[in-house]
Amino acid sequence: MNALPFPFHGETLHLMPSGALAWPARRLLCVADLHLGKADRIARQGGPMLPPYETVETLDRLADDIAATNPAEVICLGDSFDDLAAAQDLSEALKARLTRLMAGRRWIWVLGNHDPGPVDLGGTHLADHTAAPFTFRHIARDGARAEISGHYHPKARIALHGRKITRRCLLMDDTRLILPAYGAYTGGLFCDHPDLDRLMGDDAYAIVLGPVPLRLPMPRSSIRPARRKSST
Amino acid sequence: MTCTLAPEITGWFDARGWSIHPHQRAMLDRAGTACQLLIAPTGGGKTMAGFLPTLAELADGRHSGLHTLYISPLKALAADIKRNLTGPITEMGLPIRVEDRTGDTSAHAKRRQRADPPHILLTTPESLALLVSYEDAPRIFAGLQRVIVDEIHALAESKRGDQLMLALSRLSTLAPGLRRVGLSATVEDPPAIARILARHPDPCEILLADPGPDPDIAMLHTEAPPPWAGGGGKYAIPAVLDEIRKHRTTLIFHNTRAQAELFFHNLWLANDEQLPIGIHHGALAREQRERVEQAMVEGRLRAIVCTGSLDLGIDWGDVDLVIQIGAPKNVKRLVQRIGRANHRYNAPSKALIVPANRFEVIECTAALDAVRAHTLDGDIAHDGPLDVLCQHILIRASAGPFHADDLFAEIRSAGAYATLPREMFDRCLDFAATGGYALRAYDQWQRLVQRPDGQWQLRDPRRAARIRMNIGTIVDADKMQVRYQKRRGGAPLGEVEEYFASMLRKGDTFLIGGQIVRYEGLREMVVEVSRTTTQKPKIATFMGTKFATSTQLSDRILAMFRAGDWPDLPAHTRDWLHLQRKLSRLPERDRLLIESFPHDGREHVVAYGFAGRNAQQTLGLLITKRMEDMGLNPMGFVATDYATLIWGLDPLEDPAPLFSRHNLVETMEAWLADNAVMKRTFKASALIAGLIERNQPGAARKTGRQATFSTDILFDTLRKYDPDHLMLAITRTEAMRGLVDFGRIEDMLARIDDRIDHMRLARVSPLAAPLFLEPGRVPIAGAADQRLLEQEAARLMATAGLVEISA
Repeated sequence: MNALPFPFHGETLHLMPSGALAWPARRLLCVADLHLGKADRIARQGGPMLPPYETVETLDRLADDIAATNPAEVICLGDSFDDLAAAQDLSEALKARLTRLMAGRRWIWVLGNHDPGPVDLGGTHLADHTAAPFTFRHIARDGARAEISGHYHPKARIALHGRKITRRCLLMDDTRLILPAYGAYTGGLFCDHPDLDRLMGDDAYAIVLGPVPLRLPMPRSSIRPARRKSST
Repeated sequence: MTCTLAPEITGWFDARGWSIHPHQRAMLDRAGTACQLLIAPTGGGKTMAGFLPTLAELADGRHSGLHTLYISPLKALAADIKRNLTGPITEMGLPIRVEDRTGDTSAHAKRRQRADPPHILLTTPESLALLVSYEDAPRIFAGLQRVIVDEIHALAESKRGDQLMLALSRLSTLAPGLRRVGLSATVEDPPAIARILARHPDPCEILLADPGPDPDIAMLHTEAPPPWAGGGGKYAIPAVLDEIRKHRTTLIFHNTRAQAELFFHNLWLANDEQLPIGIHHGALAREQRERVEQAMVEGRLRAIVCTGSLDLGIDWGDVDLVIQIGAPKNVKRLVQRIGRANHRYNAPSKALIVPANRFEVIECTAALDAVRAHTLDGDIAHDGPLDVLCQHILIRASAGPFHADDLFAEIRSAGAYATLPREMFDRCLDFAATGGYALRAYDQWQRLVQRPDGQWQLRDPRRAARIRMNIGTIVDADKMQVRYQKRRGGAPLGEVEEYFASMLRKGDTFLIGGQIVRYEGLREMVVEVSRTTTQKPKIATFMGTKFATSTQLSDRILAMFRAGDWPDLPAHTRDWLHLQRKLSRLPERDRLLIESFPHDGREHVVAYGFAGRNAQQTLGLLITKRMEDMGLNPMGFVATDYATLIWGLDPLEDPAPLFSRHNLVETMEAWLADNAVMKRTFKASALIAGLIERNQPGAARKTGRQATFSTDILFDTLRKYDPDHLMLAITRTEAMRGLVDFGRIEDMLARIDDRIDHMRLARVSPLAAPLFLEPGRVPIAGAADQRLLEQEAARLMATAGLVEISA
């Protein structure tokens, strides 16, 4: 698989084409914002009835990445389920599928803003999780170091000779990584959005997903207030 | 049914020394028939002909409630008719209340209209669909006698028309005996319009008014010859200014908004005398448009640069000249535009056409011949689209419970849906109810449920509000407002497409509303700009509609090529065609001319299919795919209305396999599978059918929020997990007849059979040369995307002085 290796705080991490983050030295796999059951939640709340295949699609991707990396530990970085009812309404077949993926590994559900609390699927539920030197949490915190988070669903827009390519991306600077959303039906926040612009230092990169993930300077808005300076 | 006119009405005509036109009389005499279609030229008193029977029937003041519903394609037209109708009704002293109801009507007025409908209600297809969706629709429409569909020719070929006819099928049930009247400008095939208008299988009477004198129409003579390519018509500005000076009021039509903007800008730069000239198009802010309309009605403008937004029969006063910039692409549109001049019955209209480039000289000549010969483009008869049907089912459900059998029968009474198979209807109903997925995931959340008595109804009645918010069949590219910066609520200038906005950088200048503005930034879906003194905009265009040349016009051009000489053409164009004949050959209708030649170190192939822009574009995609399979390494192509130019690495030996009909559909299928055109079509149909929503209650849509995601993902998911889903079938059908225009390719290939003339040339041919100047070149995508991206990433990293780090 065409994963892109890159160094972060003395460790080598791999960004996979799917948006999963692998840490081979620790046999650890991390995915953010699965949003399982999103189509179901939207229909339940009276919204459109979207093709109800996004959970199976997301689990397919996860199964592929797990097969490719055989991790001892899997961290789901929050917003794993779109809401509590979505977790409860998961069909038996999908629950069984998920259980098979979890079997024989340490599985950590980091709590996200969509996650109402523990779900009865096994695994460990944590507000955040440390695997030195990294801290895994859902939403990035000001002043954090060696932090790996999700929540923002970053995506990048790159203009190429009059064409525009939009891809999900990972953002990184010397203090943090923000992972792309992993779920099939997840939109994104362009990385020139003020929220992301504020969080990321001047020397931030984006690694855009694709058949081969590619690293480039984080695309930023041409008009923006002064950013914080890099903290190192 | 009474058809004698009340003395108030005849007295009003007499007092003005006016007489009733023969076709107005005829409409009155046959007012009792179930369906009438009047074909009359612009200015022929069509509207009065439509309303006279209503005035006659309402004159005695005994009818209470809604009597006549008038539907026009434009809001502005409804407002205009209200003005033109209220005047005479007041002067006649008739006890008739006339009101309009459009998107611009206040919520308060709308509520009052439902409680106490006027005698005559003027509205649009969308507002009518909304009215039909209310639970009290049966009460509102109970006494309805007549429905008048104005400018029906403009609605007949669109989804708005299909939606309207479905709404009328509902009205015919709510008001048995309802009579339908259609008013149309000159069209090729009146029976086709009549079939769409009438309640199937009712007959429809067709009345043809005297078409009036032939228009006085010519090509504008200019000192400078038109350029080889491009669409602006800038070269003709001095000649156009001369004409504006010579006339009272001139309308200057353009085919796209971008061209109108550019032309207006250049016109102003050359307008040394400061003649009052305005601009009007659909992307301008309403305030802007209304200012121009007002100035026009008051006769303060000498010229208006405009687009299709002025096409329809609004009475803009004293226009005595129409100028069409760029080939009209479609003869019907040209005739209707010409009709804007001399809005008086029996006075000839005066019009000039300005070809924008050399090839358009030929196209305009062909169009002029067609107008003189009174041949118009044929109407495309079509089966009613299913996305519109899905929306109609939801609209029907919003009004209350229904039996599937009743609704099916009602829908089949609309001409375009007369042959709808029950199985298709059932699939659409299932889609509306459950989403129609192979995986029955939404059984507990479904939108419609069946009651024990067999009737269908909304599971949650609150859903109706949500359905009503999403009524409509016009799917525009997402638009963003443009405003002056500074305080919140700077003056609105108009709209640009989101895509265009996303490409802007601070400091870029572009044209909107005839002014050059400077891009400052985005704020909450609003593009903020500032004034600038720049003379030349940095970014010239924003997208507009591109029409394809009609089949009829293409055929006329090909017929022209058969002539030995062209004495009617200007010398520059005539010489050009002679040179083409000498160095290569001219395209013919039943043959396909292929030229191939080296140029600039690349091999080129030109296919003169004359199939219209969309089909030539599709042909480019199909042919390059085959060339790739044959190892010819195509690199890109560009398409116009008449030809496709392809460039690549290797020379073409034998074109026959490229244009073989064998496997064409399979190639097409493979290509369609993953194509931007399909995804765009999918999005439009998904919005109309209600798979996704444009508007959601309580939540303002913002760009870039995590909640929104691309419909491309839905398209891919459906293809992967539910390939037989209804929405994919709809998308295919729509793409084939819309942007892909596959039908015209099949027709062309069937017509030429194996009669392909391959001219191997040493250099570019005269006819091919302008193709090299065409914008809109399409690179062959695929692996190229990733390679470009890699190069760009490397360039950016190097520019930023960053070293590649990898472990």
